[in-house]
Amino acid sequence: MSTLTISRAAVRKPFMRRRKSCPFASSSAPKIDYKDIKLLQRFLSERGKIVPSRITAVSAKKQRELARAIKRARFMALLPYVLS
Amino acid sequence: MPLYESVFIARQDISSAQAEQLTTEFSEIITNMGGEIKNTEFWGLRSLSYKIKKNRKGHYVLLHMEAPAEAITEMERLMRLNEDVLRYITLRLEEIPEGPSAIVLAKTERTDRGGRGGRPGGGGRFDRGDRPGGDRPERGDRPERGDREQASSEAQGD
Repeated sequence: MSTLTISRAAVRKPFMRRRKSCPFASSSAPKIDYKDIKLLQRFLSERGKIVPSRITAVSAKKQRELARAIKRARFMALLPYVLS
Repeated sequence: MPLYESVFIARQDISSAQAEQLTTEFSEIITNMGGEIKNTEFWGLRSLSYKIKKNRKGHYVLLHMEAPAEAITEMERLMRLNEDVLRYITLRLEEIPEGPSAIVLAKTERTDRGGRGGRPGGGGRFDRGDRPGGDRPERGDRPERGDREQASSEAQGD
């Protein structure tokens, strides 16, 4: 039922729920690099956790790449494991 | 020969000159074993995100090189033995990136703007750890991240 109502609602609603595209999809998008901490920080929560892709709209492939980069940055103490 | 990128962190107590000395030491191993150093970057004394062996800061050095695998293993072995090296990471690259790395770019940008902490809205966000009830349930800990994409979840909730 729930899936049905959601798809229906999307049609019925006066406003369109725009599907956000992956921020790394375009060719001009920044390269995911563990040294680019400014970029990586945008995908961390306040606590320093990796934000799920359903919120950031990063594609699955790029999310894996991003997670790898964040973990490398953490290992090299460029990013924290926990922010408290 | 494959291309590699290596970053290592040296202890905070050594001088920058000693860090450079350390770098030439490692570079020589690579060149002696038939490799070639393409590029060296000193990021200077950066503060670490967490303490490593009681160090709060460290000298970061990046090396780009083209070298046989044996040279890399030897360099890594010596990095493990060297007590001045806190940590290292070596990655294989498809190609050597051009221009300075993101770290260096961010650093020059910051000095251009005059001192640190010029980031609007970004810097202050992290030091609110004093909030009562630090152990809030999952997903409650990122209101600011969430509200940017709120549109989608709200539409779903309706």
